[in-house]
Amino acid sequence: MTANSKAVLGQEAAALGLHRFGFGPVGGQIAALAADPRGALLADLDRPSAGQFAANLPSSGESARAVSDFQAERTAQQKLALRAQKLVEADNGPTNFDCKKDPPAAPCAAPAAQNETANQQPKGPAPPPLPQQLLLDEAKARFDAATTANIGFVERLVWFWSNHFCISADKIVAMAGPYEREAIRPHVLGRFGDLLQAVESHPAMLFYLDNVESMGAESIAGINRDKGLNENLARETLELHTLGVRSGYTQADVTSFANVLTGWTWINPDQPDRGGEFIFNKRLHEPGDQIVLGKHYPDTGMAQGRAVLADLSRHPATAQHIAQKLAQHFVADEPPPALVVKLAKTFNDTGGNLKEVAKTLITADESWTAQRQKLKPPAEWIAGALRLTGAQAAIPIGPIMNAQAALGEPLWRPPAPNGYADTEAAWIDGVPRRIDIANQFAARVRVADPLALLDSGLGPLVSSDTRQTVARAETRNQALALLVMAPEFLRR
Amino acid sequence: MNLHAPSRRELLLGSGTLFAWAYLPKLALAEGRDPRFLAIILRGALDGLATVAPVGDPDWVALRGDNALTLDGKTPALKLNDFFALNPAMPNLHRMFQANEAIVVHACATPYRERSHFDGQDMLESGLPKTAPSDSGWLNRALTSLAPGGRVDPKGSRVFAVGPVTPLVARGPAPVLSWSPQRIMPASDDTVARLLELYRHSDAKLASVLEDNSRLSAIEQSGDMAQNMTQKPGGPGPAQVRAYFSEAAGNAAKFLAQPEGPRVGALALDGWDTHVNEGIAMGRLSQLLGALDDALAAVQSNMGPAWKDTVVALATEFGRTAHINGTDGTDHGTATVALLAGGALKGGRVIADWPGLKSADLYENRDLKPTTDLRVVLKGVLKDHLRADDRVLAQNVFPGSAEVKPMAGLVA
Repeated sequence: MTANSKAVLGQEAAALGLHRFGFGPVGGQIAALAADPRGALLADLDRPSAGQFAANLPSSGESARAVSDFQAERTAQQKLALRAQKLVEADNGPTNFDCKKDPPAAPCAAPAAQNETANQQPKGPAPPPLPQQLLLDEAKARFDAATTANIGFVERLVWFWSNHFCISADKIVAMAGPYEREAIRPHVLGRFGDLLQAVESHPAMLFYLDNVESMGAESIAGINRDKGLNENLARETLELHTLGVRSGYTQADVTSFANVLTGWTWINPDQPDRGGEFIFNKRLHEPGDQIVLGKHYPDTGMAQGRAVLADLSRHPATAQHIAQKLAQHFVADEPPPALVVKLAKTFNDTGGNLKEVAKTLITADESWTAQRQKLKPPAEWIAGALRLTGAQAAIPIGPIMNAQAALGEPLWRPPAPNGYADTEAAWIDGVPRRIDIANQFAARVRVADPLALLDSGLGPLVSSDTRQTVARAETRNQALALLVMAPEFLRR
Repeated sequence: MNLHAPSRRELLLGSGTLFAWAYLPKLALAEGRDPRFLAIILRGALDGLATVAPVGDPDWVALRGDNALTLDGKTPALKLNDFFALNPAMPNLHRMFQANEAIVVHACATPYRERSHFDGQDMLESGLPKTAPSDSGWLNRALTSLAPGGRVDPKGSRVFAVGPVTPLVARGPAPVLSWSPQRIMPASDDTVARLLELYRHSDAKLASVLEDNSRLSAIEQSGDMAQNMTQKPGGPGPAQVRAYFSEAAGNAAKFLAQPEGPRVGALALDGWDTHVNEGIAMGRLSQLLGALDDALAAVQSNMGPAWKDTVVALATEFGRTAHINGTDGTDHGTATVALLAGGALKGGRVIADWPGLKSADLYENRDLKPTTDLRVVLKGVLKDHLRADDRVLAQNVFPGSAEVKPMAGLVA
């Protein structure tokens, strides 16, 4: 092999690796990584603060209390307004508010004034309400981490685990971002067992899957309130988070596990002190021993649940389930069976060490030889386009979130606890819609040389058809839209 | 709390933007005139021969065959004079021409002689005599040189932010304000078509999704199933393009018409790259020209009394091949038309040093030969309408253009 063709092969692997395992290349990165693409990805795992934020954002408890206060104040204001109106009506009979409804027109302001509000001027639209602002801040920190990461392999792992252990901002907006930072990020390169414990005991998950309402039928609270079990968290932990569906557990296992988890709840966010934080409430906990998957768990209070989770995290079915999902997410909709075997083996051999599992993903040849057929999910595709053009600083997070939502993947709002689907079938029908998003994105970005950008983004992966299509574009903006819609950029 | 689902409007807001100068031109004001100037950049290379056809040229019909506009065709072209006729999609421009409020400059081109859109657009907008990176455009540099006669910003001292993507023609040191039309513009049919072509060569699955989508789009546009189709796939229909062009240009005029509003503005309208099924008399180009014609009518109507002080200049990066290509379209060429409209013009004229259409007359045997430098026209308008200084025009606005004298007598 000539030195030249070796260099091309290195660049191909670098480009493939950056798209498949990271958020896509930035300028010059393909060449820089060509000598040792696998080494560069492995090194991404060794960054001291990998997966962590420096961002100064509120904890889930702080955020939940702030939103609770906000909502309480708004309710009070509405009641006050209603009260005042009733007083006025009682005093004056029917009121005439015309002068308030129709303020005199602003002098000489016509189209110019409208213009200013439309363009994010300093005196632009009012800031969004607190809950939405919290979400925007969290989303921005998350997106910035993806677009500014060196390679982004660890951020991709964060996104993967966040989707695997999803909650929904539709149900608990205050904690969507904090949950990911508190329960997911610290453990993406740690042990799966620790990740599982952090997730299932996080107030966001306990609220999302209704465990805060669950109480043992024979618990003190259950007897007093004549209420009982909610199985949701127990079932989804078995079916989605650990063993996987049809892996052999029974309804009896679900019920027992749900009993085990009773008492895992939160302090209502309207409590000013520790509202929104986790608490084990013994009064809710079903007394007595439980049998889950044939194993006997004595009633040790909260430790009973810890023990079941620890066993689930080490179960071979869990290793298989996680290996399958990881391989499907990163490599192919139908991943090479040999790769799944390797990942599951590492998972089992290392006691669920996720950093070692990630290393196996990179070092396995199957991860590199699979065809580039995986259709990037919308948010990953958007992040890749932003990174490549360096446009992340110029485009506010609002339109980015809107674009994600328009493509069917609104941030932290999956329709169900199984998260967003990870196969082509789920996303391919949205491709025509991506053209509009690409068009709009391109209209906001200044590109000096679309062909140079094409080389930066795809290197030797670019086909001659794509190069020609981009080169012949009518405008630079159209060239950019075509570039990010090229099959090589959509797939990895 | 529920974030509402974003509408297409929110998603796509911001394409096509007006940029306007925040001052008044002092010298012109001192003469008792209050000139308005709007530059419209037509990106994609407008087919000048399809816009203004040389119906009096004996080689015309032979050159373009069925695609040649004529005065007695199925859709007759609109007569401008004994030699030239306007595309029938542009009755408003025709009316302005007859009222001496429009000028056509034909066989006109920038100094650019290659055929790359990107480089051609850069030269058109930068005003530089060669392809070179530039951070500023000729319009902005012209404004920098004009003595400001007072700030037009009704809010006084506030500095306007410029949107993220200012067209190059308006970029530069002169302070500009920005405005984006409210109407949204989905990706054009042209962009969709280019992708479909690419996918057909390289990714059958993606191609089939786009094809299915276009089919749905066609059904929707025919009216059936309209109830069920909440989300419109495919590109914008002709009505959307029309509405978009009109809103962009019409609102620009509303700004410029304000007594306290800006006097100089610029915007860009894309979509003129007609390689396939050009549709000169009926079809794509006809629809685009119709949309542009509506936009000019919207400018006139929204300018109100200020129309008499107005010049609108429309220019494109280069023209298209003289011959029709193998796919009923035209490829990148050289000379084309520049259009001027507005009540301040000494109009009703086609200005052309006609090069002829015989093979030997064509530039490199394929394109309409450029005989008028676009800079002559633009310099003429900047000089006589805005009172830009000759020397500044030759050195700063269009650097190295001292030999290219401003065309006199364009403005009444």
